[in-house]
Amino acid sequence: MTTTLVRPARRRVLSAGPVAGTVSLRAVAVGLAGVAATAAIVVFSISHGSFTIAPGAVVDTLLGGGTTAQKLIVLDLRLPRILTALLVGAALAVSGALTQTFARNPLASPDVLGVTSGASLGAVAVIVLGGQSVIGVPLAALAGGLLTAAAVYVLAWRRGVDGYRLVLIGIGVGEIVTGGVSWFLVRAEIVDATRATIWLNGSVAGAAWEQVRPLSIALAVLLPLAVATAFTLQALQFDDDVARALGVRLQLAQLAVVLTAVALAAAAVSAAGPIEFVAFVVPQIALRLCGGARPPLVVSAILGALLVSGADLVARTILPTRELPVGLVTAIVGAPYLLWLLVRTNRRTT
Amino acid sequence: MTRTTPPSEPALDPAPPSEPAPSEPAARGTATHRLCARGLQLGYGENVVVDGLDLNIPHGAVTAVVGPNGCGKSTLLRALGRLLKPRAGEVLLDGHRIDRMPTREVARIIGMLPQSPVAPDGLTVADLVMRGRHPHQTWFRQWSAGDQEIVTEALEWTDMRDLADRRVEELSGGQRQRAWISMALAQGTEVLLLDEPTTYLDLAHQIDVLDLVKRLHRERGRTIVMVLHDLNLAARYADHVVAMRDGKIVAEGTPTEVFTVELLADVFGLSALVVPDPATGTPLVVPLPRKA
Repeated sequence: MTTTLVRPARRRVLSAGPVAGTVSLRAVAVGLAGVAATAAIVVFSISHGSFTIAPGAVVDTLLGGGTTAQKLIVLDLRLPRILTALLVGAALAVSGALTQTFARNPLASPDVLGVTSGASLGAVAVIVLGGQSVIGVPLAALAGGLLTAAAVYVLAWRRGVDGYRLVLIGIGVGEIVTGGVSWFLVRAEIVDATRATIWLNGSVAGAAWEQVRPLSIALAVLLPLAVATAFTLQALQFDDDVARALGVRLQLAQLAVVLTAVALAAAAVSAAGPIEFVAFVVPQIALRLCGGARPPLVVSAILGALLVSGADLVARTILPTRELPVGLVTAIVGAPYLLWLLVRTNRRTT
Repeated sequence: MTRTTPPSEPALDPAPPSEPAPSEPAARGTATHRLCARGLQLGYGENVVVDGLDLNIPHGAVTAVVGPNGCGKSTLLRALGRLLKPRAGEVLLDGHRIDRMPTREVARIIGMLPQSPVAPDGLTVADLVMRGRHPHQTWFRQWSAGDQEIVTEALEWTDMRDLADRRVEELSGGQRQRAWISMALAQGTEVLLLDEPTTYLDLAHQIDVLDLVKRLHRERGRTIVMVLHDLNLAARYADHVVAMRDGKIVAEGTPTEVFTVELLADVFGLSALVVPDPATGTPLVVPLPRKA
């Protein structure tokens, strides 16, 4: 007779009515620390600018107080930008966590599904060809991203989609589409080319409530969807045969995960342009902080929000005269990390 | 040259009916699900690997599928575990086509351990075995006290309890195989399909794994189908042997019926002696040199 049961290590069982699951204590701690750090950045970022507002007044205004001037600066000018940064960061990080898990590859990111390059082509085409009155840049980016990802999925289909083939075809299609972006840039008037290049670097500058609203609606739908797919992700992480033996309908489950990841990335890119390395780096950082066998989704979302809002603060304040695009800062953080990961993976396999 | 009659009452085989099945809900003989194949044609791409195959899996018994490399044994097992869709013919579970049954329902009855399963890095043994409960869970109910009991029991059965918090990638080959069997056990399926469960293991660990399989069958009444390379281990551990060549079943029956000098020459192109295994009385295949 069994006396004590084997418990999942360092995890607490949560159970409420029909809902039950386990939660890693370490993930909870990391998540709470991330939330606290993000909140600090939000307050500091809003208080900092050409017109400084004391952090206490920022909190007061956010909670409904403040003078008329403070309300204007905090709520109308600075809050939409920081909210966009938070939402974009969370969306990219969760999209990356989903992609890396189903592709079983820590080097994967939604970029390899063709979303980012497709969105770039859509945005740059509209900027250069001047169709902005018909279709706005965000919408063009959204359409470009979704269409390209759909093309990648269809091309990869051969009696089902294999994760590996999907990634390879995605990289190939991405190269072709990126070539299209360059072609537009070469043809473009210098003013349009400059605007397109700024968009391509990824930026949340000038974000207003019009961007925040659709983005927050998209995330309100997609993030719970992502968390719900986490259950099948656990089985999808094994090889295809084991996943099927566990009763997973492989193609359907994979499609649900890919769709969620693509939609999240497309929403983020259409709002802020391609902010590099967030989708790729954050899930792996979250995994290393929390332990376990796959990037945790909720903690990835929190750390993604933290990284992009923090990077935007740096981009905004590091040079006294002008702002940098936030994508430049995340790239400076991300590139060394990519090298480190490549070196480490190489060492392990050789 | 032919085998003599085995000594009476071999030590290991068959299971004495009086053997107690302590606290087991599914004891020997209670297996109820029946698995069979009808007119099966299987293949990959252009290649047809198995053609026109009929097979009844004896329920509540250990079946070993043997045959030379490339004869379609693993392919057959994959089709029985509905990992491979038949080109023609059908795999029936209790008379229903398994490719038309809900996958989760099938996964609660048929468990399958592929030849070299891959676990993600960082997964602990306890987590791995917990994943075996997947077909019994839903996305909003990913844990229950019952799951925890079953996982604990599965770990104890395979003697992996002390290694529960170890990472799968840190385990030795034998431990890893036991961890995977533990997971398949936790899935709680009556039918268990094992594709070469002894690959890459040294002889002592092969025996460990097969003893475990035998216990599963005896004490839990599981129906087990395994692909095995080693004919002597197949003869020792199986109740029923299916010999395949070129995608077809060439002989089927008890080890004594199947492992004959003629069949070994015919199926494996092997000239061999067949003598009683001194330990168990089951047939023992002793290969002869190519040139005497």
